[in-house]
Amino acid sequence: MRNTWTIFQKEIKSYFNSPIAYGLMAFFALISGYFFYVYVAIFVQRGMESQMMGRPQPMDVNEWVVRPVLMNISVIGLFLIPMITMRLFAEEKRSGTIELLVTSPIYDLEIILGKWFAALALYAAILGLSALNLSLLFLYGSPDWRPMVVGYLGLLLQGGCLLAIGTFISTTSKNQIIAGTGTFAISLLLWVLDWVSSYGTEAWAKVVGYLSVVAHFEPFSKGVIDSKDIVFFVSMIFLGLFLTARSMESLRWRS
Amino acid sequence: MIKVEGLTKRYARTTAVDNISFEVQKGQIVGFLGPNGAGKTTTMRCLTCFMPPSSGSATVAGFDVLEHPMEVKRRIGYLPETPPLYPDMEVVEYLNFVGKLKGLSGNDLTRRVAEVSERCAVADVSKKLIGKLSKGYRQRVGLAQAIIHNPDVLILDEPTSGLDPKQINETRDLIRGLAGDHTIILSTHILPEVEQICEQVIIIAKGKLVATDTVHNLTNRLRGVEAVAVEVEPRSGALDAGEVQSRLEQVSGVSRVILKDSRDGRHLFEAESLQGKTIRGDLARSVVESGWNLYELRPVALSLEEVFLSLTSTDTAEPSGAVAE
Repeated sequence: MRNTWTIFQKEIKSYFNSPIAYGLMAFFALISGYFFYVYVAIFVQRGMESQMMGRPQPMDVNEWVVRPVLMNISVIGLFLIPMITMRLFAEEKRSGTIELLVTSPIYDLEIILGKWFAALALYAAILGLSALNLSLLFLYGSPDWRPMVVGYLGLLLQGGCLLAIGTFISTTSKNQIIAGTGTFAISLLLWVLDWVSSYGTEAWAKVVGYLSVVAHFEPFSKGVIDSKDIVFFVSMIFLGLFLTARSMESLRWRS
Repeated sequence: MIKVEGLTKRYARTTAVDNISFEVQKGQIVGFLGPNGAGKTTTMRCLTCFMPPSSGSATVAGFDVLEHPMEVKRRIGYLPETPPLYPDMEVVEYLNFVGKLKGLSGNDLTRRVAEVSERCAVADVSKKLIGKLSKGYRQRVGLAQAIIHNPDVLILDEPTSGLDPKQINETRDLIRGLAGDHTIILSTHILPEVEQICEQVIIIAKGKLVATDTVHNLTNRLRGVEAVAVEVEPRSGALDAGEVQSRLEQVSGVSRVILKDSRDGRHLFEAESLQGKTIRGDLARSVVESGWNLYELRPVALSLEEVFLSLTSTDTAEPSGAVAE
């Protein structure tokens, strides 16, 4: 546990010693801020229209702003995550520091968890920027905060799952670019699978659709916690970290 | 302290280390000598639990590397060939990080970081980023990292490679200074380095153990053989290299003569003596008496390859080649 903390601290420092963390945060703040602005603008416009028609309808901020913003953030995450995980192991392998970690009296699992938690913490910090946007809603309205919390829980679970996969892919290469591209390809695939499933109703389409991370995130964006989705994300996290552990082990036999 | 028995490491197609056995006593400095690709790094990686051996066993301080890797790792300080440094960390930050990995904490950690910085002469750059340091400093930070937890055994993979002569001397002094408290294995392909630092030497080539001996014995065995460069100039006209070579070969005590170079009408030969013979005087006389000019005569240090050839003279059927590492 103490060793995991040591690795965690080192990774966090390393993220913030390099421009990566700041770059990702700026990129995310810009894009998510844009989407927030767009959805608020639509919401305001619709509200005015319905008033001008003389038939004011109750409009739900959660339904009109929070949910679409969260859905968009979930997709932006697919682009950010490869850039967070690509260096985790690839960099250590390239510079030879992996030899230091592996010959120190700590377990592989402690190294892996330290790195994964650090990546997750950075991702959470990035997501936090969008929470600033959403909190503005409380100044002018009274949105329900519970679906928001559920939404962020979903984003973290989805992020944790993709980060675990990215961590695994990072162990397979010395080259950060390759690790990043591979992770991006898989993230994209796991997103696109959702579309595939909508074209068919056969068993294979259901299976393929089940693997889509975005489909599993969608209920969270509505504030719905479904144990089926939690099971999916948690088991994907376990799978990713398990593969990472196996891959680290194999480094020793092959290198 | 270290016991290796029948250690073998096979990769997909090559055998990097083939059935090596040796023992190192507590407090010794042992030189691990061999050409590039001989299997030095692989052997060290097996000892440090970086990779498991394919067969055979290795124990450090009584703990088997396969059965009790944690105990072994706790007792080993390791400096790989490229020091495992994070360029974006400050020196002191890095040493603290490694110290924590090795299980130090609190006051112990602070004290050890200060001690090793002092000892490895990196205290003056402790606030600098490692990425900004010169190669000599980086190597010393690497050494500091290896000794931070005061390990019983130090394993250093080519600790002087890539340094300039002054830095090499400093590093050697440093390693000698560490000798009392630690058992040290260091690998190198530089023969004089072993002579200067080590008490015991293990020679491997092509993954096989060639010799283990004390440095004293080894140098005696090598001193017996003398290699001399002879450059001969004609007094007038041209000179036939073959004629000179056969004349030199007839000098008593000469085992072989090789033509190295011919230019401006001069011929450069390298002559090796038989065990225990001195040949310089006789070579000079022979050249002069044959009516040629002796342009140059100087002793040549035996190259590592020749050392191997002379040490393995009983089984030198195949030429020494590098095995992929």
